[in-house]
Amino acid sequence: MAELKPMTPIALIPEAKIQSGLPALFRKEVKRFYSVAFQTVAAPILTAVLYLLIFGHVLSNSPKIYGYEYAAFLIPGLVMMSILQNSFANTSSSLIQSKITGNLVFVLLAPLSHVEFFAAYVGAAMIRGICVGLGVFLVTMWFSSIPFEAPWWIFIFALLGSALLGAMGLLAGICADKFDQLAASQNFIIMPATMLSGVFYSIHSLPPFWLQVSHFNPFFYMIDGFRYGFFGQSDVPPFQSLAVLIAFMVVVTWVALSLLKKGYKLRH
Amino acid sequence: MSALSIRSVKKSYGNLKALDGVSLEVEQGEFFGLLGPNGAGKTTLITSMAGLCTPDSGTIEVMGHDVQKDFRIARRQLGVVPQELVFDPFFTVRETLTFQSGYFGLNKNDDWIDEIMANLDLTSKADANMRSLSGGMKRRVLVAQALVHRPPVIVLDEPTAGVDVELRQSLWQFISRLNQAGHTIVLTTHYLEEAESLCGRIAMLKNGHLVALDTTENLLAKHRPPGLPPKILGDDGAADLEAVFVKIMAEAH
Repeated sequence: MAELKPMTPIALIPEAKIQSGLPALFRKEVKRFYSVAFQTVAAPILTAVLYLLIFGHVLSNSPKIYGYEYAAFLIPGLVMMSILQNSFANTSSSLIQSKITGNLVFVLLAPLSHVEFFAAYVGAAMIRGICVGLGVFLVTMWFSSIPFEAPWWIFIFALLGSALLGAMGLLAGICADKFDQLAASQNFIIMPATMLSGVFYSIHSLPPFWLQVSHFNPFFYMIDGFRYGFFGQSDVPPFQSLAVLIAFMVVVTWVALSLLKKGYKLRH
Repeated sequence: MSALSIRSVKKSYGNLKALDGVSLEVEQGEFFGLLGPNGAGKTTLITSMAGLCTPDSGTIEVMGHDVQKDFRIARRQLGVVPQELVFDPFFTVRETLTFQSGYFGLNKNDDWIDEIMANLDLTSKADANMRSLSGGMKRRVLVAQALVHRPPVIVLDEPTAGVDVELRQSLWQFISRLNQAGHTIVLTTHYLEEAESLCGRIAMLKNGHLVALDTTENLLAKHRPPGLPPKILGDDGAADLEAVFVKIMAEAH
């Protein structure tokens, strides 16, 4: 070992300028998914493109929706579905991995409040969701001509939708004790709810019973509101979708913050 | 002001009383040993200090700050080296330490991080991924992570478990230098010769109770088992504390 310089007595160490730990935790979470970007960004983009190629081809002769060909209708739905699924996956997989491997202790030892913890994890989930969504859009936009009738709605629903699913992923990560439980929530709740939310069809094409059922699916409002930003048309008014999204966001955020504050399944 | 002030701390898990009214004070600058058999409550006490678990009753203060009510300041005063060999497989050693420093709100801390790495012989591994490190190297990183915010109180929970002789020696040299620079050190270990040679005072726990608390010298003098020669295992006195420990644990109910 090299010769070491004498250590500064602790009494002589100048007071450090202390800032919030939130940016560091946010950067760590972004770097975590970026370091495995093939798995976390490229793979979901490829999956969405395959959906477009297969469904777009099979249903290419189906009637126009909102006056546009099926592929154009499908693309915004695929973009939003990718945003939602990947936002959920980011927080949930990060948290369960850290819990199971034990390295969450380093975050729990730090002077981070439950609000900072929530904001960092959800913020990083939004980044991943939106990166994937943007990637899906950039690749799929060449397959059809897509309008931008009300772009602000696109941003609003992308941001709020990714934040909501990020928060839901955080909840799932907090509550799950093993990977199997997390996979169950992803495969039996998130995946069906997004796939049956009108990504691949307009709910007005459904039988009356399933049309009614779709109105109880919060994912439907996220997809529908997001799609309104492109076509200026939707199955329900965008303000109604926004109200549902905000209501869910408030509830999920409140539950997540309450659990984090208590340290539920994180601190003993 | 004490470095650590633990008052009447109780913590139960179901019917198991992990801590049953433990009170003790650790003064600033002390090298303090916390000993006890497995299940005595050492790790529960440490996790309570660190805010990783919440005591059912009682209070814990680090440098005068309550670890529950005033957790932000209290956690900045405390560096904990966990017992388990845990790491984040996504990052290099330097990234791990930089992020850990950032969690404590210290964003321009490269000089100190370099100094810790030099002291723990980690400089050559700074850009290596955590997954590629040996167990001993990972243990060094754990120690470094606890020190990134240069806390006045450092708690080491069995830091030398499963560690080779070379690392043990370099680790104790570094920790001793930190202690000489004014850091308070709290150590739990099952290697009693380490506790005897390093710790000025020692507390012993059994079944969640504090069964002994005194200077190492006094413990050795007062509790030496009768009929035994002053040194029972060789000339270095290494077994003295072991004999005392066994006697105290046998007498405690």
